[in-house]
Amino acid sequence: MPRLKAGEKSRISFKLNGRKVSGDAEPRLLLADFLRHEIGATGTHVGCEHGVCGACTVRLDGVAIRSCLTLAVQANGRRVDTVEGLAEEDGTLSRLQAAFRRNHALQCGFCTPGILMSLEDFLARGGEPDEGEIREMLSGHLCRCTGYSGMVRAVLEIVEEMHEEQNA
Amino acid sequence: MLGTENQTNYIGKAVERIEDAALLSGQGRFIDDLPTAPGTGHAAILRSPHAHADISAIDTSRAEALAGVHAVVTGKDAELWSEPFLVGVRQPMQHWCIATERVRYVGEPVAIVVAESRYIAEDALALIEVEYQTLPAVVEVMAAMAADAPILHSDVGSNLVNERQFNYGNPETAFADATHVVRASVRYPRNSCTPMECFGLVAEYLAAEQSYDVLANFQGPYALHPVMARALKVPGSRLRLRTPADSGGSFGVKQAIFPYIVAMALAARKARRPVKWVEDRLEHLVAANSATGRISNISAAVAADGVIEALELEQIEDCGAYLRAPEPASLYRMHGILTGAYNIPHLAVTNRIVLTNRTPSGLNRGFGGPQVYFALERLMQRIAIELNLDPLDVIRRNLVPAASMPYRAAAGAVLDSGDYQACVSRALKDGGLAELEARRDAARAAGRHYGIGFAAAVEPSISNMGYITTVMTPEERRRAGPKDGAVSTASIAVDPLGAVIVTADSIPQGQGHRTVAAQVAAEALGLRPEQITVNLEHDTQKDGWSIAAGNYSSRFAGAVAGTVHIAATRLAKRLAEIAAPQLNATPEDIVFSGGRLFARDNPDNSLSFGRVAGAGHWSPSSLPENMVPGMRETASWSPDQLVAPGEDDRINGSAAYGFIFDFCGVEIDADTGQVRIDKYVTMHDAGRRLNPALVDGQIRGAFAHAVGAALYEELAYGEDGSFLAGTFADYLVPTACEIPEPLILHHDSNTEATPLGAKGMAEGNCMSTPVCLANAVADALSLDEIALPMTPSHVTEHLHGAERPPSTDRSEAPAQTLPGKGRGLTGSGASLVPAPPGQVWQMLLDPDTLAAIIPGCESMERLGENAYRAVAVIRIGPIRGRFKAVIQLSDLDAPHALTLSGSATGPLGSGAGSGRVTLLADEKGTRISYEYSAEIGGKVAAVGGRMIDGAARILIAEFFKRFAAVAGGTAGETVSLWQRVARLLGLAR
Repeated sequence: MPRLKAGEKSRISFKLNGRKVSGDAEPRLLLADFLRHEIGATGTHVGCEHGVCGACTVRLDGVAIRSCLTLAVQANGRRVDTVEGLAEEDGTLSRLQAAFRRNHALQCGFCTPGILMSLEDFLARGGEPDEGEIREMLSGHLCRCTGYSGMVRAVLEIVEEMHEEQNA
Repeated sequence: MLGTENQTNYIGKAVERIEDAALLSGQGRFIDDLPTAPGTGHAAILRSPHAHADISAIDTSRAEALAGVHAVVTGKDAELWSEPFLVGVRQPMQHWCIATERVRYVGEPVAIVVAESRYIAEDALALIEVEYQTLPAVVEVMAAMAADAPILHSDVGSNLVNERQFNYGNPETAFADATHVVRASVRYPRNSCTPMECFGLVAEYLAAEQSYDVLANFQGPYALHPVMARALKVPGSRLRLRTPADSGGSFGVKQAIFPYIVAMALAARKARRPVKWVEDRLEHLVAANSATGRISNISAAVAADGVIEALELEQIEDCGAYLRAPEPASLYRMHGILTGAYNIPHLAVTNRIVLTNRTPSGLNRGFGGPQVYFALERLMQRIAIELNLDPLDVIRRNLVPAASMPYRAAAGAVLDSGDYQACVSRALKDGGLAELEARRDAARAAGRHYGIGFAAAVEPSISNMGYITTVMTPEERRRAGPKDGAVSTASIAVDPLGAVIVTADSIPQGQGHRTVAAQVAAEALGLRPEQITVNLEHDTQKDGWSIAAGNYSSRFAGAVAGTVHIAATRLAKRLAEIAAPQLNATPEDIVFSGGRLFARDNPDNSLSFGRVAGAGHWSPSSLPENMVPGMRETASWSPDQLVAPGEDDRINGSAAYGFIFDFCGVEIDADTGQVRIDKYVTMHDAGRRLNPALVDGQIRGAFAHAVGAALYEELAYGEDGSFLAGTFADYLVPTACEIPEPLILHHDSNTEATPLGAKGMAEGNCMSTPVCLANAVADALSLDEIALPMTPSHVTEHLHGAERPPSTDRSEAPAQTLPGKGRGLTGSGASLVPAPPGQVWQMLLDPDTLAAIIPGCESMERLGENAYRAVAVIRIGPIRGRFKAVIQLSDLDAPHALTLSGSATGPLGSGAGSGRVTLLADEKGTRISYEYSAEIGGKVAAVGGRMIDGAARILIAEFFKRFAAVAGGTAGETVSLWQRVARLLGLAR
């Protein structure tokens, strides 16, 4: 592992939503800032910079993490997935995105990208979470607009759909 | 309606939002997402660690010398290029965008660094040296009004900056003749709706034009634009203010970005480049904005049956360190409707506005309503209890009767419409009060704490621009000239190919205004909502606006959507006039539907919308005689009913009044004091609902804010004015686990107060819900008084009495947060140093040795007899900063004991404390014992609270380790009681 020196930039490369991206980063540069300001992937938002609000959540090798508590250099050579990668190439919303829209699960939309990324990881883990488990999972995120009801409904709908598909 | 009948209605439908596709796929256009010009500088703000202090010197030279720094801005620059902000009451108070001579709250801006990157700007902050002379601080309003209180603004001579008394009807007689007088005293805490996106802006100074251009996530009211332009000493036309397409919530809060717009405009001028600033969460919690704290003493003259004859209300308002525009609006927004939903003819009011060493107050969802209803609806419950009546009967016997609508309230509000009795009856039936009572009875029978609460509230919307002048006397108002009305402006245009674009002055903050505006325009023009492009980015140099523009007082549905409707209807009328001759019909007979225009009785002969509208562009000569060319209609609308306050001080503060009736059941955990909301029912009369899904979304959002305010949130301060809630781990925002699903009911009235019959509804639950929950908790525990927020620790005090001090040995206990003080720290310990006491004593008195021993010490100089000045870099958890300390040794008893006292300040905060050190000869050397207590303020106190204790232990351990090393050995052990216990249990070595 290369030894990094404070104040000196090093080259960072990773797969962002399936495509290779690179940029230069000081050791102290946060992954959130790298994504937004170096790569221009501004879909990931920064809401508190201390790991509580969850707005900056992205997936690092599939696992939902806070990009405000992760250094850019930690992502080097890995896979990063963000909200920009959820919809189809032609803009068709993913099932989760569409359920959010249908259920008025967002208002200002600032916290939404992080919540979607956490849910992608959560739903990929399988099982049939009930409302209590969904709320428990969502409690890792803060939203000030919606009171969370629409999100809970959206996820319950998806879980139900997945259940029906498995039984079909 | 002339010429606009169509067969596809969109108003009133739960249309999916046109905003969502972009927001769900990372394509939002928030302020920090937008491109900036090459060379744009990034700003960071140095903020006061003190609640109250004079600034004696600022040295920016080291910061300016740092590579990558473009400029450092201080109060001197503010004095050079700007003026203090206008203040809403006539008092000699100066509020500059950057502190000039004195700081009055923790977090007040003291300097701004502009640098190549935010990282470098923050590095430079640590290099700015500010010398403060601290002053006593005052944080409670009652203390601030005391004769010996520290005065914030010496020219005013008092912290009580305004006092007014009002009498409506004949309250004195009513109280003198009253059968019963019932009283309540309540305190509403300081809290904030904390949008997930903080403030952000890009400011530029166009030197050639001597004008400023600012893009900011400002939310209005645009009455603040003249305030900003005046502060910048430019005509309004030379402060171009633009807003981005998306804003990450506001709830009123982003009103308070305006001082930063001015500060960063100056920074851009000094740095000679565009300057971008994005507020971080610590800055936001410490210094952005807050609801006013309020003490209310309320009493009612009541007949035996619970009918209220008169109300007397004393309100003492905590506006913080400066009366920042539009304050004191929090106190006067509700003034006309202080009697709430009740028919109370006589009213006496005393209003006092007080300044304290806290962050200035401002807009926050509910704006004045939560404070008013917390007093009024607590009183309603007290009346029921003291008169032994059913609380519902007390509410119902006093509600304004439907037959009295429109009803003129004692202080001047004109309630436009509503059937409050019917709302209550339906809510009780459809909301299932009977079942809830059965649940309560069963819970109580099982020995559990269960209560039911009620609250009724009138929800005002579309604020009268003149209500704030109620703070002035009629004589002062005559001199100042009338202020009234509330102008909304919207435009609709058709392009040469028939595409429709709508613009308006609503400055949305995430609610879905674009969707509703598209619904309204589509309905008027016979198009589908997705065919309408709505652009609500705003530009003060190019778009229509007036002082009422903005996103506040729930003005969108009633005022802005109504104005879009007026503009669209006018356009439709013109299109009907163009089409009528071609369709052999009269304009009144033209129908708009499916993108076509046709005569009502001949739908087969139709013209396309685009062809009719295109004529205005391609062939103005073909337009009907006397019709103006161009295909744009701009409408402005102001409610006629919004007149200035009268000689009698009566004020109709809002254009429309909705109604809410809530009830709920709560259960309280007997052990933990946790309040669990078992069921919550909220009934709304919001007039005509333009998009029912968005209406319910707003109600759920306001409810969630209200649950936070009721149960969790407080911008907490220490007695010394230090701020104690600087992270989301300290300022507790409710999550999905804390917000239950409310049962939302509707009973819509017809109103002519607004063009489309819609009333505002997005703030009401912030007014009704905190007090409804408080009434339920009071019912569950049979309490006379209850304070917000009803955290488990507050509620357990009612269940189990005040918390006892810990029973463990204080010397081994973890550091305590001293109640009511700043972030306090006490501790003690002992360590062994392998040197005799005489040598240890000499080392303690030698600055060079101390410099080598103190962790992070950069320099240590002797100031005089037993007095030293030190500079040290200290790390606490994730934060690290350079502190300057002054240390004094006293009570010297060589070589046995000494007292070490001192204070330290740095960009991260300040601290002061003292410790007693005793030396005892031991066979292995010297046992050094110490006891200390300290108070800590500034950033360290705000964010590091939970880490200070651990950090202090680490620092002290490090100190003794180095001490031992210098003394020529290894440190003796420092072992806590817990470590000893853990060792005994085999849990640790």
